[in-house]
Amino acid sequence: MTQQESSPETLWLSGNEALALGAHEATVKVASGYPGTPSTEILENLTGYDNVYTEWAPNEKVGLEVAIGASFAGVRALATMKHVGLNVAADPLFTASYTGVRGGLVIIVADDPTMHSSQNEQDSRNYAWAAKLPMLEPSDPAEAKEYLKQAYEISEEFDTPVLLRSCTRVAHVKGIVASGPITASKVTPGIEKMPAKFVMLPANARQRRLAVAERMEKLALMADHSSLNTIEWGDKKRGIIAAGTSYLYAKEAFPEASFLKLGLVNPLPQSLIKEFASKVKELIVIEDLDPFLETQIKAMGIKCHGKDMIPAIGELTTAVVRTGVSGKAGKTDFAPVELVPRPPNMCAGCPHRGLFYNLNRLKVFVSGDIGCYTLGFLPPLSAMDSCVCMGASIGVAHGMAKALGDEGKGKIVAVLGDSTFIHSGITGLINTVYNKDYSTVIILDNRITAMTGHQPNPASGSTLMGEPANSINFEELCRAIGVKHVRTVNPQNIKETHDALKEEIERDEPSVVITRFPCVLIPEEKKRKKIPLHSNTDNCTGCTACLRIGCPAIHWEPLTAEEVAARGGKKAQKGISRIDEVMCVGCGLCKQLCKFDAIVDGEEKS
Amino acid sequence: MKNSGNILLCGVGGQGILLASELIAFALLASGMDAKKSEVHGMAQRGGSVEAHLRYGKKVYSPLIEPGTADVLIALETMEAMRYLPYLHQGSTVIINTQKIMPPAVATGKTEYPADIISELKKRGLKVIPIDGFEIARKAGNVKAANVSLVGALSSILPIPEKTFIKVINDKIPARFLEANLEVFRAGRKAAKGNEGLKM
Ligand code: SF4
Ligand code: SF4
Repeated sequence: MTQQESSPETLWLSGNEALALGAHEATVKVASGYPGTPSTEILENLTGYDNVYTEWAPNEKVGLEVAIGASFAGVRALATMKHVGLNVAADPLFTASYTGVRGGLVIIVADDPTMHSSQNEQDSRNYAWAAKLPMLEPSDPAEAKEYLKQAYEISEEFDTPVLLRSCTRVAHVKGIVASGPITASKVTPGIEKMPAKFVMLPANARQRRLAVAERMEKLALMADHSSLNTIEWGDKKRGIIAAGTSYLYAKEAFPEASFLKLGLVNPLPQSLIKEFASKVKELIVIEDLDPFLETQIKAMGIKCHGKDMIPAIGELTTAVVRTGVSGKAGKTDFAPVELVPRPPNMCAGCPHRGLFYNLNRLKVFVSGDIGCYTLGFLPPLSAMDSCVCMGASIGVAHGMAKALGDEGKGKIVAVLGDSTFIHSGITGLINTVYNKDYSTVIILDNRITAMTGHQPNPASGSTLMGEPANSINFEELCRAIGVKHVRTVNPQNIKETHDALKEEIERDEPSVVITRFPCVLIPEEKKRKKIPLHSNTDNCTGCTACLRIGCPAIHWEPLTAEEVAARGGKKAQKGISRIDEVMCVGCGLCKQLCKFDAIVDGEEKS
Repeated sequence: MKNSGNILLCGVGGQGILLASELIAFALLASGMDAKKSEVHGMAQRGGSVEAHLRYGKKVYSPLIEPGTADVLIALETMEAMRYLPYLHQGSTVIINTQKIMPPAVATGKTEYPADIISELKKRGLKVIPIDGFEIARKAGNVKAANVSLVGALSSILPIPEKTFIKVINDKIPARFLEANLEVFRAGRKAAKGNEGLKM
């Protein structure tokens, strides 16, 4: 995958692939992050290049700390995360702003307007403002690569970490990208002791605070002349200021207008904005989510439109921009049709299904967390009652237990995945033990970080770069923390899981149940021979017990009264259930629920 | 061939929508066009409703298709075609896999799968090309390749030479699946050819 340095190649890349190429061309040496949609594939793709160390960190805070260390050692470093991950990494972020860098340091943060795959919608530009850091915002894959390379130049020239804001419609858009030359760092790697810069105790930090202020002033001057911010003169009746994907939608909706496209969204190019504003009749700021640019432009004493026209909720599209500005909705030939919704669902054979089936039956409050298993919230499993952020399930359960006292006994469990437990669940469990409550914590150990596309984690036994690694022993770890009751069950066995849960939930002390079974989609599992089960529909009474696990490989077939009579069924029978043998992976869960031998082992097919 | 256009693909997570859109994109790029494709990963892919937007032309800005401007809709699942109706305009073509995948509420018997989707689409004056992708793929010995039959159907209405598509499939599909996929592609193309007057 290593690029030829001399002859540029035209490539078709996603934004994340382009960012990986950009990191390669910028000679990044160390990259760390935590998987989070839509940022995940940056590191996965970077792993394919030579001369770079990549890793999955247990969480975003650690990932950023690793990148800071690499930068201190004089090499270019990268940290990647999604917007909610930046909250986790905010602590080192604010101080790294003070220490500055040696080797270039860039943090890519991917926002998710409209929450395609996130628990909240947040505008990461506010972090750039709050942490006093420069932020670049590309609009498509080609720009993503170019901006990342420029971000490293800025980082080293201005002695600052740089944020690069991506979003779903950059990360997962594919477009044409040209490969470019390698731009190496001028910093020499090695250990350099610079305590006044790197040791942020108050006396030093006060000095660095002044350096930060000075740096932001210099950056603002640079912004006025940088090629990152460009004016495209068109009709001067309407001037539009936009950045990132908002620029693309605005350009498409109003190709005739004049544009000030901002590539650097913090700090802003004040003179350039004033010049542009003075030459157009009507000024409109078009940006997704918060009025980040608009507020600052208005504070400069410039009149403009912004959130009075453009929604602050959800991602923008050309249609939203056009409608917002012109006040007229676009015409459509066809009205939407009311349809059965098709929500996501856990896969056929998913090892989480058996656990949630049991939790639903046990009627407990399930304090949930972030991962595939969040889908346990949906019917028919309907067994998740809260979900706040990565690792929060245990703390939330503890808080409820403390609030309810004896009242809540036997009624509260926390569930979270293996990766989530490592991310930030461990500290919550330590708290539960130390501050004593009776919660049962269930670790859904499917050996992988599944929701984001099967990244290995410290329990999986391999690294991002494909080397074998230590695999955490959760049982020993939990005991070391001080949990006295730790047990492991196979969630595909409904009765075994039920009995273990019942016993642990009723305990007066903290307990941990580990449900261990690999995700159906990890490579070793995919390779394992699967023999689908078979519906012996003659025996099916239509009791629907098997349907209550919500496996996508089982469906209901309605029958007419005549059809039921013809097959000799009871009057009340309305249909039968049937297994789709193409989808079924033979996990056997449904068979355990059928009391009528209507689900039988299938035959092995070659 | 129109020198710009919008192709929307929809279906259910796991049906191979990303591969299908990739094959089409490569065929377009091979004809010297700018193109952008947008898709959504993560939670949405777990068996939920998924879509991919593919736009091509001399220069493409937005990666998203505006409602009312999709020239072709490729639906890998029958009912999903209806969900994306507002993206179509009079004269759009719908290439539709007649395979049905039950949404959870239907699978559990809570509601019924809507009837007569194809005639509903035709009633609205759309050009509909129904393809039994599952059957085509089954005959070729790879039930997972139904997505490629729809690419075959599309190839018959995009004025890109068949050999461009064949080359792309050769480049993109791993050797051990190649034969089946080529067979599925050709069968899809042939099945669509029966429909007249569908030039874009
Ligand atoms: S397969 Fe068994 S459990 Fe399912 S509906 Fe039929 S009889 Fe009931
Ligand atoms: S065995 Fe039953 S529960 Fe398991 S995948 Fe097959 S149909 Fe679904």
